[in-house]
Amino acid sequence: MKLTQEQKDILEGRQGEVKAKVMETIVRYGDMFEADELVKVTHGQGHLVTSFGLSLLKPVYRIMDELIGAGLKVEEGFTMDPRPGDFENVKCNLLDRILFSTVLYGAQGKYEKQLKQLGLVRDDAFSCACYFDEMGNIPGKGDVLSWAESSAVNYANSVLGARCNRNSGMIDIFGSIVGFVPKFGLLTDEGRKAKWKVTVKTTAKPIPQILGSAIGIRVMEDVPYVVGLDKWIGTELTDECKAYLKDFGAATASNGAVGLYHIDGVTPEAKEQGEALLAKGYKEYVIDDAELERVYRSYPVMWKNPDREGTLAFIGCPHLSRVQLEDWADRIVSALKSKGRKKVACRTVLCTAPPVRAAFAKTEKYAKLMETGAKVTTICPLMYTSNPLTKTRRIMTCSNKLRTYSVARYYKDDELLDIITGKED
Amino acid sequence: MKEFKGRVINGGYYRGEAVVSHQGVNTLATFQKSALAHADKVTAADQNNTDIFQKNLTGKALCLPQTIGSTTGGMVLQVICSMGINPACLLFSEHIDSLAGAGVILSVVWEHSNLIAIDQLGKEFLDTVRTGDTIEVTEDGTVRIL
Repeated sequence: MKLTQEQKDILEGRQGEVKAKVMETIVRYGDMFEADELVKVTHGQGHLVTSFGLSLLKPVYRIMDELIGAGLKVEEGFTMDPRPGDFENVKCNLLDRILFSTVLYGAQGKYEKQLKQLGLVRDDAFSCACYFDEMGNIPGKGDVLSWAESSAVNYANSVLGARCNRNSGMIDIFGSIVGFVPKFGLLTDEGRKAKWKVTVKTTAKPIPQILGSAIGIRVMEDVPYVVGLDKWIGTELTDECKAYLKDFGAATASNGAVGLYHIDGVTPEAKEQGEALLAKGYKEYVIDDAELERVYRSYPVMWKNPDREGTLAFIGCPHLSRVQLEDWADRIVSALKSKGRKKVACRTVLCTAPPVRAAFAKTEKYAKLMETGAKVTTICPLMYTSNPLTKTRRIMTCSNKLRTYSVARYYKDDELLDIITGKED
Repeated sequence: MKEFKGRVINGGYYRGEAVVSHQGVNTLATFQKSALAHADKVTAADQNNTDIFQKNLTGKALCLPQTIGSTTGGMVLQVICSMGINPACLLFSEHIDSLAGAGVILSVVWEHSNLIAIDQLGKEFLDTVRTGDTIEVTEDGTVRIL
């Protein structure tokens, strides 16, 4: 790999031994992927995937101490993935509390102190959707990033037109500290070409969670170019369209390993270049109603007793945007009213970013939602399900990411709404 | 004896037993349980991977296509290396993925681990090697199934 004098100086320890090790990690990581140079991180605000003080990650905390001891930090600061716990809004029994607070996330307090020293921008900067307006970590088109959260990388590449590879945790903060990342994969024009042309031929607007899942399962880590979806989601990146693409993208990233997708007529690079983004020899995948139904039916139900009813519903993985949160609140209140009920039939937890929750909590809609017994939290439901005790619980979700990484059972939005508002016989 | 040549990510000599996964290894699901339990060896805990489920991986040559799953994967690999309960070798049939790649580099640079990693051994390697086979790995990335 060719390095500039500044990069060589860092690698050779002229800016300190610890920074040299950080640079060595980045360079060797790039060498592995045949990167021929390091490029500058142009969107300086980082985003870290490791937001949880998981007790087992002792080497991570040791490295953080080394970085702090050497006076290193992310100069423009960083946001984080969601915190793991919120006992007020996601009730836990005593055993759960002990497990969460000691065995699983016992290092949370110490870890958050380290994060503040390393550049955490605010106490409420914990969301997987750091690109929400309320979160404020929004890269521009063409910006080079050093992020790792798979759904955020997917959104930044696809909807914002930024450039970032699917990195592992720690690589994110290392790239942000040295200010350089290796140029390979999704940082290159060639790596952003689509190896798949996906044609949507459904008779109704496809559910983003299932459409993304179908595409992710088929293309795995390749880049898909999707045609026919603009008919259903429009060609402007409105709040509704962005929320759709957030959920669609997270499903492609978790059910497969997609870091970038193009939507014909919608996403920035597709608007500019159209089908010129298709790589030579691309493969094709046609998605119609039957294909979506086939994929939906293929999801395993991991509950020990699948015939019993669910007891806890998580909505919002990735975090709900403001428009989605308001929509769910309206639908829950309205469905209960039409069924002559006042309270939700099972524990219902909506997950969103802290600043979104704070603003929503001041509204009348929030008050009405609280009257139904539903809760709004800012945690990551995936971290809740890391608790082995939850494996025996019947958790429901309309998130394909949560379904993939836990034993939660997937329901379509309308099915889940029907269950949480009391299914009528 | 069959011989394969791969690319050296982190070289070394190894002679010992192979454990083979024909599907991508989910690093978090496979290693987390043993790490949390402070176990003195890794017992693969991913129920979705029947090739390696409940097999001891410590000190073995884990043969796999790539790793999959959470982007914490690299750090989990680093954790088990820091605990000294890691597989001795990771032998990838395909190009190493970004999560495993980060895990190997973090382990080598920050934990001074001597974890051996060879990639691009080819599909035939994974079709040939079987769990329990004795294999030999040399510094230049040659893998022999003895």
